[in-house]
Amino acid sequence: MRVNPLAFRDPARASALASALDRVTRAVGREPVSVMHVCGSHEQAIARFGLRAVFPQGLDVIMGPGCPVCVTDVPEVDEAIALTRQGAHIATYGDMLRVPGSSRSLADAQAEGGHVHVVYSIRQALDLARSIDAEVVFFATGFETTAVTTAAVVLGEMPKNFSILSAHKYIPPVMEIVAEMPDTRIEGFLAAGHAAAITGWGLFEAFVERHGIPVVIAGFEPLDVLAGLVRLVELVRDREAVVANTFPRCVTKEGNQRAQEQLWRVFRPIGGRWRGIAHVPNGNLRLRDEWSHVDARRRFRIDLTELCDAATPGLAQQCICGDIMAGIASPTDCPLYGRDCVPDSPVGACMVSSEGTCRIWQQYGGGRPDLSGIGATCGVPR
Amino acid sequence: MKTLLADERILMKHGAGGRAMRRLIEEVLTIGLDGHGGPHGLAAMDDGAALRVGDRWLVLTTDSHVVHPIFFPGGDIGRLAVSGTVNDLAMMGATEVLGLTCAVVIEEGFARADLVRVQESLRATAAEAGAPIVTGDTKVMGRGELDGLIVNTTGVAFTDHLVTDAGLQAGDVLLTSGTIGDHGFAVMTARHGFALEGPLVSDVAPLNGLIREVLRIGGRDVVAMKDPTRGGLATTLHEMAAKAAVTIVLDERAVPVTDEARAVSELLGIDPLNVANEGKAIIGVRPWAADAVLAALRAHPRGRRAAVIGRAVEGRPSVVLDTGVGRRLLVEPEGEPLPRIC
Repeated sequence: MRVNPLAFRDPARASALASALDRVTRAVGREPVSVMHVCGSHEQAIARFGLRAVFPQGLDVIMGPGCPVCVTDVPEVDEAIALTRQGAHIATYGDMLRVPGSSRSLADAQAEGGHVHVVYSIRQALDLARSIDAEVVFFATGFETTAVTTAAVVLGEMPKNFSILSAHKYIPPVMEIVAEMPDTRIEGFLAAGHAAAITGWGLFEAFVERHGIPVVIAGFEPLDVLAGLVRLVELVRDREAVVANTFPRCVTKEGNQRAQEQLWRVFRPIGGRWRGIAHVPNGNLRLRDEWSHVDARRRFRIDLTELCDAATPGLAQQCICGDIMAGIASPTDCPLYGRDCVPDSPVGACMVSSEGTCRIWQQYGGGRPDLSGIGATCGVPR
Repeated sequence: MKTLLADERILMKHGAGGRAMRRLIEEVLTIGLDGHGGPHGLAAMDDGAALRVGDRWLVLTTDSHVVHPIFFPGGDIGRLAVSGTVNDLAMMGATEVLGLTCAVVIEEGFARADLVRVQESLRATAAEAGAPIVTGDTKVMGRGELDGLIVNTTGVAFTDHLVTDAGLQAGDVLLTSGTIGDHGFAVMTARHGFALEGPLVSDVAPLNGLIREVLRIGGRDVVAMKDPTRGGLATTLHEMAAKAAVTIVLDERAVPVTDEARAVSELLGIDPLNVANEGKAIIGVRPWAADAVLAALRAHPRGRRAAVIGRAVEGRPSVVLDTGVGRRLLVEPEGEPLPRIC
């Protein structure tokens, strides 16, 4: 079946869904209704299409810990930088270049002469390894959606000078953390359609049962996001804790079992820190022992001492990204926001990626810019 | 400490045409130089400088060109170097080019046959634009000291009607001369070896012929022009809004983008609005002239897909994007557009 993606950007349908969202939010009978999405791609869609301008005032759509770039922890970035200093070529996704480690980012390492390559997929990192003699380390970041592509490569043919530094993360455990935070206001979760395409929506049933909070699987076009939110607020209104799938054109209950099988053959979940949030049990994906020959952590002795010496612990300790991502604080509550922590030199998780809350606030001048006055005068002649 | 480390060195973002580059220019490169050249000199940070000569303006601009790969779908560094300078002149209203200079810096080991191809392209594009190359310079540097070839061109031209970036006022209408994003996506695709269906070619071309028509029809009602090169349409609109102290409302659905460019954009997560164009003009006109200028653009071979894309309104200097399903502030890109992870 060929689906025209532009059909999911139709202004008339979007307007109808926005009205429905307004009605159902009012019907809850109290303000604000707080829901959280746990995927940077959702924030990307909301920001890109300007959807916050049409969200009802009484609905708080909180950005959760769903940005794999943001939650990559300081020591993981340090490991990649240390590898560049040891002469390895680091290949990674473009977003990762600006993520700060203890004292510098991969972009800084590149400016200092380190070999850092931006790739669009792990396949390009493989091609790079085949084209040069030096050691190539793929700095693998991203959630299960991206981890399956890494797994597929590990299960295939790899050149001898190729290895993987895994900073892959697994989303379901961190939803538990957020749901259990003592001050949480979250009444429902919008879950990522692409991750659910792999894991299946059935995965969330146990979570819903444990926490009594509804989960709605949603896609990434504007109509997908709006329809997902309408369903989610309906479930909040009806106090119904179930999993609803509003992305059936891609997501099934079982998910992609072949991908799951490959994912778990290559990776094992271990506990680890997510930057700014917490130690997340089973939240990190590491290569299983069977693949230690391509695991950069075992292939090299990664020397972090020099980087740690240069660390500036003071600033990072004042960062409140964890509270922001849990929806219990705003960027303006942070003493660093806009002063020591700006998009050019971010301190915390949320200022790093274009999908992070603080970054978006910096760029958009606050949570929800008031554009209503401008609307009245805007008539573009055709 | 941390900020110092980041600021000690020039990074790629400082050359990407956005905010970081503008700050570097203001904080380092123009220090002690402002105040010269009058109102349309260095401080205006326009496409070029305009110097008063009698009752006319002599427009002067220079541009160094590096591109990887040197030959890309739809063009090459030679065509780029001539078009870039001719277009900078044209955007200030100077469409009749008196002369171009051309300086090349060549890396040791560069293939002579490639240099011949580049020279042929320089010559052909200059002929197309009616812009004679009148002097030049040649340097060779050691292997690894540069990436193949750098081409610098400088151009001069007279105009009676100087068009700046700053001429918009509330009510003015903004047009594009055609599709947005073609050059940037074509180069990215060539650079990264994506195999895509359908032609995705750079729009690199001299626009002085097109702009001559626009000025002939629109006259003094053409109030602002800029070519959306590095930093793309988003940066261009930000500069226009800032210099004129207006809000620009951009209708995203009216911005023409080819299917091929759209596909690459979605694939990489890079907004066409942030991607370079090398053969397009963004033109601000008084509202009553919009229809006539649009018709003039569409009647020209380089303007077939011209469109009205937005309007200037009263408000603080900013760009508001109307997406059809919502609206937001359009952010000025900070550095090179990087593909997102998922």
